[in-house]
Amino acid sequence: MKNNGPILELRGVSKYYGSTAALHDINLEVENGEFLTLLGPSGCGKTTILRLFSGFESPSKGDVLLNGKVINDIVPEKRQLNTVFQNYALFPHMSVQDNVSFGLRMQKRPKAEINSRVQEVLRMVHLEDFATRMPAQLSGGQQQRVAIARAVVMNPMVLLLDEPFSALDFKLRKQMQFEIKHLQRQLGITFIFVTHDQEEAFAMSDRVVVMNQGYIEQSGSPQEIYEEPENLFVARFVGEINILEATILEVQEMGQYLADIDGVTFPLRTRREFAVGEKVLLLLRPEDLKVYRPHDEDLEGPHLYGRINETVYKGATVDLTITLTSGKKIQAAEFFNEDDADINYNRGERVAVNWVAGWEVVLDDAGE
Amino acid sequence: MQGNKRFRNFNIGTVWLWLGLFALLPQLALFLVSFLDRGEIDFFIPSFTLGNFKRLFDPAFVNIFLDSLYLASVSTIVCLLVGYPFAYLLARTSKRLRPWLLLLVVIPFWTNSLIRTYALIIILKTHGLINQLLLWLGIVDGPFSLMYTDIAVFLGLTYTLLPFMILPLYASIEKLDTRLLDAAKDLGAGTLRSFWHITLPLTSPGIVAGCILVFLPALGIFYVPEILGGATNMLLGTFIKNQFLVARDWPLGAASSILLTLILVLMALVYRMVNRKAAAADPLAPPRRRRRGRVA
Amino acid sequence: MKRKLGYTYVWAVYAFLYIPIIVVIIYSFNNARFSTEWKGFTLKWYDLLLKNQPLVDAALNSLLVAVCAATLATILGGMAALCIHRYRFTGKQLLHGSIYMLTISPDIVMGISLLIFFISINLELGFTTLLIAHITLCMPFVTLTILARLAAFNENLIEAARDLGATEVKSFLHVLLPITAPAVAAGWLLSFTLSMDDVLISFFVTGPSFEVLPLKIYSMVRHGVKPDINALSAITFSLTLVLVVLAQLLVRPGKKYRME
Repeated sequence: MKNNGPILELRGVSKYYGSTAALHDINLEVENGEFLTLLGPSGCGKTTILRLFSGFESPSKGDVLLNGKVINDIVPEKRQLNTVFQNYALFPHMSVQDNVSFGLRMQKRPKAEINSRVQEVLRMVHLEDFATRMPAQLSGGQQQRVAIARAVVMNPMVLLLDEPFSALDFKLRKQMQFEIKHLQRQLGITFIFVTHDQEEAFAMSDRVVVMNQGYIEQSGSPQEIYEEPENLFVARFVGEINILEATILEVQEMGQYLADIDGVTFPLRTRREFAVGEKVLLLLRPEDLKVYRPHDEDLEGPHLYGRINETVYKGATVDLTITLTSGKKIQAAEFFNEDDADINYNRGERVAVNWVAGWEVVLDDAGE
Repeated sequence: MQGNKRFRNFNIGTVWLWLGLFALLPQLALFLVSFLDRGEIDFFIPSFTLGNFKRLFDPAFVNIFLDSLYLASVSTIVCLLVGYPFAYLLARTSKRLRPWLLLLVVIPFWTNSLIRTYALIIILKTHGLINQLLLWLGIVDGPFSLMYTDIAVFLGLTYTLLPFMILPLYASIEKLDTRLLDAAKDLGAGTLRSFWHITLPLTSPGIVAGCILVFLPALGIFYVPEILGGATNMLLGTFIKNQFLVARDWPLGAASSILLTLILVLMALVYRMVNRKAAAADPLAPPRRRRRGRVA
Repeated sequence: MKRKLGYTYVWAVYAFLYIPIIVVIIYSFNNARFSTEWKGFTLKWYDLLLKNQPLVDAALNSLLVAVCAATLATILGGMAALCIHRYRFTGKQLLHGSIYMLTISPDIVMGISLLIFFISINLELGFTTLLIAHITLCMPFVTLTILARLAAFNENLIEAARDLGATEVKSFLHVLLPITAPAVAAGWLLSFTLSMDDVLISFFVTGPSFEVLPLKIYSMVRHGVKPDINALSAITFSLTLVLVVLAQLLVRPGKKYRME
């Protein structure tokens, strides 16, 4: 009975509002049971995709498929997908019980069944004692749970979540992320989650789709997105990143290169192909950088010199801003380590910087 | 600090003084007079009686009262039925267009209601616009008048009071968070059912407010039925007016006006109930927004 | 298709609201005393109107009362709004509630209750009584208009002003008043038209010594269609139009202060 193809699919979908395009020829497959996150800045089209799935928008071009069937023209109320709305959209005039039972009542299910299922999902979201409360009497986190319960009680094939945590404070957010992830495992259904917060996306997802200006920039596991960004947009959008300019000096075998950075020759490794003389960009995460005092005996291999500009104590790390001799500012994060040397640098102190060979990401210079 | 306190006390004092003297005290006087006897020379004399209220049960007055209720209720219902879809459509037009369309509703709302009632005469009278239109369409074949009929009174009341219905309706419909309708659809409710379960209950404060603003004046405006209905319809407003200006039976007039106040209180209570339910449930209730502000 | 139907409906309702008025205005230029047929353009009804001295006197009386009542009601209503918005005091709920009730209380009840009150304290019916009545009628509307505007602003504004060293009076003058100015102006205009429009209350609380326009119109209208009333209607309507547009323009630019 189970269909092995994707549960949801966009095939060549474009969406125009008047003459402006919100989505450009998007192809996307969502596997059954995965936790997929659409990540991107506001206006990137992520919410439009969600609304195409839920049925509040229809594509200007291309098809939306559910279980292999085109559902372009099926109205939202007839789709077996449910949404957890941004700001929850709880019916303010109905109690928690009535909110959660709404969908089942629309389906005219027997009373007994409705009651038992509502009970069940309320227990699942730890709100069994709040059934008679009105939404306005609940805290933000509780309202959030009601919104989830209201969608989950419908047994949707896919649950769509539209920036559901945007109104919650930091701590509650963390907790809800954990609970949502747990809920997804428990239910075993597909979750499609929309957010602009990369940390949130990474914490929860099996797969992240990074979007920008109506295009998909990259799709992959959180680790792939973070460690192997395919372009500058993705690299910059997910976390801090240092970008160094380099020139290819020599092409060696197996994707090995020698390159010049500010007059220092470094070995590079990348799957991409470059020619001698080509300008490339080196992407390095702050935590990939290693910082040494100039006379440190551990210092080996090529390195760049700079001066400490700023140190910020972060608890687990010390974040350093370093001005290289070229004048470029870079960020480095040093972890506290028991057997490590003292990492309390002074402002103005001279340091040497390099990185674990092979951790760099190399992009061609045009890749903006 | 001293000056601040004086400023504050002056404000509160003046406001209370005015309202106490010219709103509350007169109401109290009206209430008292309804329990007094009418005098030969004075308008009322200080002897207590329940006689005025007993007279409200005279069949003649009961008829007037029921007639008035009937006319006012029908007008209110007509206003609601005409006004609701209108206000709904208005609230769903583009944001740019809305203020202008609303302005077009506000203009009649601000226009002298006597003038507007008078304008209806021209439409309704013999050889009037409706008459000529029906003649031209061949529906009737001679001059006739709609003046001095119940239809004229309904039309007059609806025409005068429709903006009072539309404005509160519009306010509550515009406030309605359309995302709630999306949510209802998402959960499987069709257009009709999401209207019934979401739109209607959430706009009920507007409905009740509109009904109050139409129903009460419909009972009290004596000049609309007097001008359009002639002498055939003696209504509550006319009755009260006559007790004060013609029959000179102030206590009876006062007692019958207590009926109006009672209806007002009743409707206000309904409004409070409906509104409290809606306010307790304000979709984007301030507490949540405030909490978010504090975090940021 | 659905959309078209909707638009048709909306315009039909507008037609219902406006056709009678437009017809009256057209007839006010019709050179015929009784007929509804078009007999040519004339301004004579306007001329006749201006020569009707009692009517002009009544109109001037109305104007006088409306200006005075609107001004005093605006001050008083503004004070009430300030009290409700700013202060905490016993009976605040009652004050707010009374003001709401006054706006929906039937005019006729206000008229007769004031009549009884004025007679009881032996106040002669005329300008003073009418003015008092109209101030009482208009003030709650002003209060609600201003409160509605205040609700759109951050409640900490006055606290901020006080924090920066403004006295209560100064923060009122420099912060609250400028912010609410459009609402104050709109309140004044609304009061003005309410006063000019009022029949029910004027009926009871003014005496023969002080005739006002609505009552004049009332007695004229009761005797059927007359071309000079058409002219009067046209003038009244144009005046209203100007006032409403003015009020709209006043309230509009304030929107740019509004913050999210």
